[in-house]
Parts: sequence; C-alpha cells; structure tokens
Amino acid sequence: MPQFPFARRLAAAGALLAASTSPVALAQATPAEREVRTWAASCAACHNTEGRSLGGMPALAGRSADDLYRALIEFRTGKRPATVMHQHARGYTEDELRRIADWFASVKIAR
Amino acid sequence: MTALDRRHFLLAAGAGAGSLALSGCASFSQRPLARVVVIGGGYGGATAAKYLKLWEPRLEVTLVERNEAFVSCPISNLVLAGTERIENLTVRYDGLGRHGVRVVRDEAVAIDYERRVVRLARGDALPWDRLVVAPGIDFLYSQIPGLESPQAQEQVLHAWRAGPQTVELRRRLEAMPDGGTFAISIPRAPYRCPPGPYERASVVADYFRKAKPRSKLLILDANPDVTSKPALFKAVWAERYKGIVEYRPNSELVEFDLRNRTARLQVEDVKADLFNVIPPQRAGRIAEGLITVNRQWVGVEFLGFESQKIPGVHVIGDAIAAAPAMPKSGFMANNHAKVAAAAVIARITGQPVSESPIIANTCYSFLTTTEAVHVASVHKYDPKQKTLVPVPGAGGLSPGRTELEGQYAYAWARNIWADALG
Ligand code: HEC
Repeated sequence: MPQFPFARRLAAAGALLAASTSPVALAQATPAEREVRTWAASCAACHNTEGRSLGGMPALAGRSADDLYRALIEFRTGKRPATVMHQHARGYTEDELRRIADWFASVKIAR
Repeated sequence: MTALDRRHFLLAAGAGAGSLALSGCASFSQRPLARVVVIGGGYGGATAAKYLKLWEPRLEVTLVERNEAFVSCPISNLVLAGTERIENLTVRYDGLGRHGVRVVRDEAVAIDYERRVVRLARGDALPWDRLVVAPGIDFLYSQIPGLESPQAQEQVLHAWRAGPQTVELRRRLEAMPDGGTFAISIPRAPYRCPPGPYERASVVADYFRKAKPRSKLLILDANPDVTSKPALFKAVWAERYKGIVEYRPNSELVEFDLRNRTARLQVEDVKADLFNVIPPQRAGRIAEGLITVNRQWVGVEFLGFESQKIPGVHVIGDAIAAAPAMPKSGFMANNHAKVAAAAVIARITGQPVSESPIIANTCYSFLTTTEAVHVASVHKYDPKQKTLVPVPGAGGLSPGRTELEGQYAYAWARNIWADALG
C-alpha cells in the first residue's frame, strides 16, 4: 500500500517550479503557444505541472520531443502497451500531439 | 534575480501593458494587471489560482477558502475501508503562496456583481476585475423529509465531502456488529463523482469480507442502473462480494424515518443498522445567483467557462451544468480550471480566447482495497454545437481490475494534488 505523507516532496517540487524559467512563465506568449500550453496542462492532471511527475507516472518535462511524439503515436496505434494512454492519445490529431510533445520537450529542468 | 535584473524584467513586463507604477521609495512594486478572486480551494479553485499566477505573474490572485487544508474526496473511500488515513489525503495551502497566490482563510458569504466585490464572513470585502467561482456542491436535504435538521444529519451521514464525516462514518462502520446491514442511498444523476458511491460500496464490502463476513451492504440507487462503469462494478459484486452486496435500482429515497432507522422508498421501506445517505445536490450556495439550469446548476459557455448569466464571472467544477458526457469529477474541475485561467488571462491582456480547447477526464475507482479500474474520455470544442463533446474513438474503460491501476490511481492522486496545490 503506497502511503503518502508526501507534503515535503510536494513543497520541493513547487519551489522548483516557482523558481524555474519555464516556458509557461513567459507572459508574452503568442496565441499558438498559449493554446498548446493549455492542451498540455490537461495532461498535468496525471503527469504533474509541466510534466514534472512526482513519481508513479512517467515524467515528461524536458525529454526529447521525438521520443515523446513517437510514444504518443505508438499509444494511438496500440503498438505500445498502455493502461490508459492509448485512450487519451486517440483524442488528439497527429499535429496536436506533435505540438504537445514539442511543448513538454521545451520545459526547462534542473540537471 | 538581482535587484537590477528584477527592475529590467518588471520594466519589460510592464511596458507593453502600460501598467507599471513606481512608488517613491527604493523598493517599488508593480501595480497588478488586474485583480482576480477565486472562491473555493478544491480541485478546481486551487488549480485555477495556481495556473493564473503561473501563466500571468502580473495578476493579483486571491483565493478564498474556508477550510484550513484541502482534503481529497478521491481516495477517501479507502478511509472508510480502513486502509488509508484522512491525514494522507490532506494538503495544506502553503504551496499556492509560493506561486504568489494570496490565500485568504475566510468564507465568501455574498457576491456583489454590481460593485464587483466578494463579501467575506470575517475579513474586508475583496474587489475583483474577474471572478472565478469554484463552489463545489451543496446538499438538498429539503428533498428528504426526516433529514432536514442538523441533528438528523448528524445521525445519518453523507461523507460526500471528505473530512470529519469520512472519519466518523469509518468509526461507525467499525462499530457495526458482524451480521449488520449497511445501506448506501444514491441520488439521481447528476451528482458529484458518478462512480463514487459504487466504489464506496465495493471497498466497504471488501472490509466486511475480511472483518465482518456475515454483514450485508445494500445499495439503494435512485437511478435505473449503475451510472458509471456498470459492468465492472456488477462483476466484482457478483463474484468477490457475493452474499454481501445487494444492488437495488430505481430505489429513490423519499423520506427518512430516523426513529425506526428506516428509509422510505417509493415502493418499499428498508431497515438497516447503519445508513449513508448521499443527498441530491446543486451548485454550492455562493453561486446561487448564477444558477440557470433546473434551479440546480450554473450554465457556462465552454471556451472559457464564463457564466451565461453574468459576464466576467467564470464558474468551474461540480457546480456547472456539464457538457454532454462530462462527469462531475476532480479531474474535470482541474481541467476546467486551466481553460478558464487561459480565458481570464486572454480577456485581461486583450488577446483572443482559444477556440479549440481540449480537455480530458479519467476517474479511477477501487473495486477492492488494492485493485482499480478507470473510465477515460477526451473532450473537444465543437463550434456548431457550441459545447465540448467527447472525441469518438478516444477514451474508454479498463478491461478489468488490476493492482497496477490501483498504483496508478494513487500516483494520479499524488500528482494532481501537486498540480493543484504544489
Ligand atoms: C489518466 C492519467 C493520464 C493522463 C491524463 C495522461 N497520461 Fe500519459 N501516461 C499515463 C500513464 C499511466 C502512462 C504509462 C502508460 C499507460 O499505462 O498508459 C503514461 C505514459 C505516457 C507517456 C510515455 C512516457 C514513457 O516514458 O514511456 C507519454 C509520452 C505520455 N504519457 C504523454 C501524455 C500526454 C501528452 C498527455 C496529455 C495529452 C497524457 N500523457 C495524459 C497517465 C496519463
């Protein structure tokens, strides 16, 4: 049974986010950028804000755009095993997935 | 950032909008672009407050919340089953402060739409340029004669807002003797968390199975059938909880006889040792003036969740009259919040509101205390119908319950709490 006194981890993740210069913090985003960041924000309900997963779900932040895109396409075709991602990926066009993958790839992470 | 960098940044940020104000002293502050007040710090409101600040730091964002901490309804059925503790579902609001959200612990008692202020029970009224209302639900006890009084409501719990009632219902389940009957009454849809009552029945049955195997669990459902994941729930009841769970459709509660611990349904009377009555619901009381649908729910448009009644006021979460096939869930509230935040920012900065929002939902349900299933959907805006509609071919159900999905259900909870509050 996973237990979750995880407040400390949550605080650490939040502090990182607040201090980051990630693409979402840019106030002057273009309409296209604002559109894709809102789409990507839907995924954050499982993968955490900007894809900075706390664990248990894969992290997406700052990963290779091509790898993310390939995974999403493979979820759509059923080639990649999934419990739920095939059902989400099928809700988006290839172009939408491309833009979302590029967006997550552009998130700055501390290395 | 050094002081100098900061000044440059603020100048650059303020120049475009012409909103920079220098104060006389060495330290100066920028006048906010606009004031946004968010009422309610649940899955929807907390997310909206955080994303407003994340996406537009020049806003002044104030969140009004009456409770000291957020307590999650999702996962709380496992507190009833005895495998989880309420403390672990509780998250403080400090995280929002780190994003620059001002959290005001108070109760919003009225909204003055003319003067554009929110009145509070204790503190000074809060002025707003745009308002986000995320009030959750209120219970319609007036529809259940016998349960109108607070005393009656103390005896027959709903536990449909996680918190003290959850803990108290667990205590009563533990106190119930083996061989007793526990009855759950479910209102007509729409209500908060469609699969929730059936999940509750399943995991409490799992507790009975281990701890008091001679007990019965009666589901009195006002609906003609299980409203979510019917095949998955019925399968586990028929197999693992055979002899414990009994499901009765079309069993709307019309009156409650407290003295005889009897639920009066249209067709019969039902006695039980312990009742859990989930009452019919409507939008939380503070949103009363915004209700347009069935005297229960708030009608909104689906590009920005703006009230159909009062411009400049966005309403999200369980309180809205949902678009087709959109459940009242924490996940949906979180996703409404982001579309609403984007629209609020677009309106304030004079940018176009996106005409192609895409949101999603996934509700995990535990069928045993460790195994879960899900239902998922993706929703896109249809300009012809002017609403969000489920994308055909996307979404769906789990084939069956697994421990892997039990782990994902927990991981989802942890990550969405961080997304909303961290
Ligand atoms: C309901 C929770 C949920 C949502 C919503 C969700 N994901 Fe996932 N995601 C998962 C899970 C769980 C996995 C692991 C595969 C599986 O079991 O489906 C995963 C895996 C992935 C992977 C593969 C990562 C890897 O390292 O293998 C990518 C890429 C991904 N998700 C992207 C997205 C994007 C983009 C969205 C939004 C469009 C999204 N996810 C929405 C739960 C979710």
